[in-house]
Amino acid sequence: MGVGYYLQFGFAQHALEAAFLVAASCGLIGPFVISRSMAFAVHGTSELAFTGAVGGLLVGGNPLVGALVGAVIVAGLIGTMGRRPSERDSSIGVILAAGLGLGVYLLGFYHGFASEALNILFGNIFGVSTGQIVLLAGIALAVAAVMGVLWRPLLFASVDPDVAQARGVRTGLLGLIFLFVLAITVTEAAQLVGTLLVLSLAITPAAAAQRLSASPTAVTGLSVLFAVVSAEGGLLLSFQFASVKPSVLIVAISFCLYVVSRLVGPTVVSRRRRRTLVVEGDEGPDNLAKLQRD
Amino acid sequence: MSAPPGPVVELREAAVKLGSRTLWTDLTFSLGSGEFLAVLGPNGVGKTTLLKVLLGLIPLASGEVLVSGIVPRRGNHELGYIPQQRAFDQNLPLRARDLVRFGADGHRWGLPLRSRAYRERLDEVMEAVGATAYADAPVGLLSGGEQQRLRIAQALFGDPRLLLCDEPLLALDLASQRAVTELIDRRRCDSGTPVVFVTHEVNQVLPYVDRILYLVRGRWAIGAPADILTSERLTALYGIPVDVIKVRDRFIVLSAEHHLSTEPGSHAHHDQGHIH
Repeated sequence: MGVGYYLQFGFAQHALEAAFLVAASCGLIGPFVISRSMAFAVHGTSELAFTGAVGGLLVGGNPLVGALVGAVIVAGLIGTMGRRPSERDSSIGVILAAGLGLGVYLLGFYHGFASEALNILFGNIFGVSTGQIVLLAGIALAVAAVMGVLWRPLLFASVDPDVAQARGVRTGLLGLIFLFVLAITVTEAAQLVGTLLVLSLAITPAAAAQRLSASPTAVTGLSVLFAVVSAEGGLLLSFQFASVKPSVLIVAISFCLYVVSRLVGPTVVSRRRRRTLVVEGDEGPDNLAKLQRD
Repeated sequence: MSAPPGPVVELREAAVKLGSRTLWTDLTFSLGSGEFLAVLGPNGVGKTTLLKVLLGLIPLASGEVLVSGIVPRRGNHELGYIPQQRAFDQNLPLRARDLVRFGADGHRWGLPLRSRAYRERLDEVMEAVGATAYADAPVGLLSGGEQQRLRIAQALFGDPRLLLCDEPLLALDLASQRAVTELIDRRRCDSGTPVVFVTHEVNQVLPYVDRILYLVRGRWAIGAPADILTSERLTALYGIPVDVIKVRDRFIVLSAEHHLSTEPGSHAHHDQGHIH
């Protein structure tokens, strides 16, 4: 029973659709997560999807909606408590610990199958309903639209904050909006690979892409591509090797892409470095004379 | 671009507060087309704050400020801002040309869709600062001097009416300091763009400076370098004995009291061989 056999079933098609939506959103935010040093925010919000999901199960039996509401609350808390960069990581740590404690406490009140709540930790892509696909698609479209509008000023604010501020960019507001986008994207991704492995889609593809190019647009494109290849590839492989969880295979593919990029990447970068060194070499009196001439 | 009539910058009895602390009061001066103003003084007297007031990021506590005849507000794209050099991460996916582009449209919403004319103008600006050879190199791999040339290209790409420079020479070697200062001065000479240049080290820019604004703990003085950099003026400003010595073309400011360690000429640039 290989890939072809499973693809006849609705659950497998849904899973592939969901994987595409989630991976594309993660790949899109990944480069900004790295340039804004927000890996811990990704980790924190994704683990707290567990608490939100348990809350959702208790209140309305819907872990996805619970996790999304939880993500918005968590983003709001991080945004207000961690306003200064120096205190952001520590406040995420505080919120993460308190939130996880709350989640464990809430889990005690839940009398359904514990596996349903624990699914959120390791991901369960095969339980996605048509309604959830529509919700995921709506979120992915919204994330893409917001990122499309914010892209340029957010890039400016992320890599060159002082000048961005001088040019009138509202760096604080952009950072806050991005935090909400991140929290929602990450929570969405937790459905697929689980809260514990979200970084494999939100960081690893972007980190791999950065090894291969220095162009912000190319890096974003590659990051989306790597995330989608990892997610879809992992799912398809899991149809073939049914004994391994898809999230494990997704992580494996994205990690392999990263390793290959690291091995191939230095040649790309060193070519640039060499060219740079040549220029640096004639900086000084020669270059000054050239400047004065023109 | 024809120079507008009247001063580009005008301050009248301006005062600014950070929290409860008043940085300076009654500051009155104007800056005309093509002028080079150096802003000096110890740390924490509000030199950078003055730039932020002109950028419209900090409001005055009292008095009046006008830039090109209007009250500055956030996001005035007629201003070019050149910051001090900073370390970019080696892996940061940003090429030299991407950094320069921010100067023209980094604040705009949406995806960057650029015309051929835009790309040609970008190439021209890169060429003008001598950055063509490393236009596609990642910024994290560039030297301080190369980075600061990009900063000038970034500011010039927006075709500024006023250049605001915040310690752009800090941590640069001597050759780069000269190259960067000359590029700034060339814009001033070619287009009449006035320059406000915040620095610790006046000697680096002295050949270009028309006037000096010297800020010391709420007090200030403005005038030609030869008038401001005298023992009498600085002693009056600081309220303690200060000696100014001229060695060849360089001014050295000395004080018997140790705590004046952020004076021009005594700032910790040991690599430049200053007399301390």
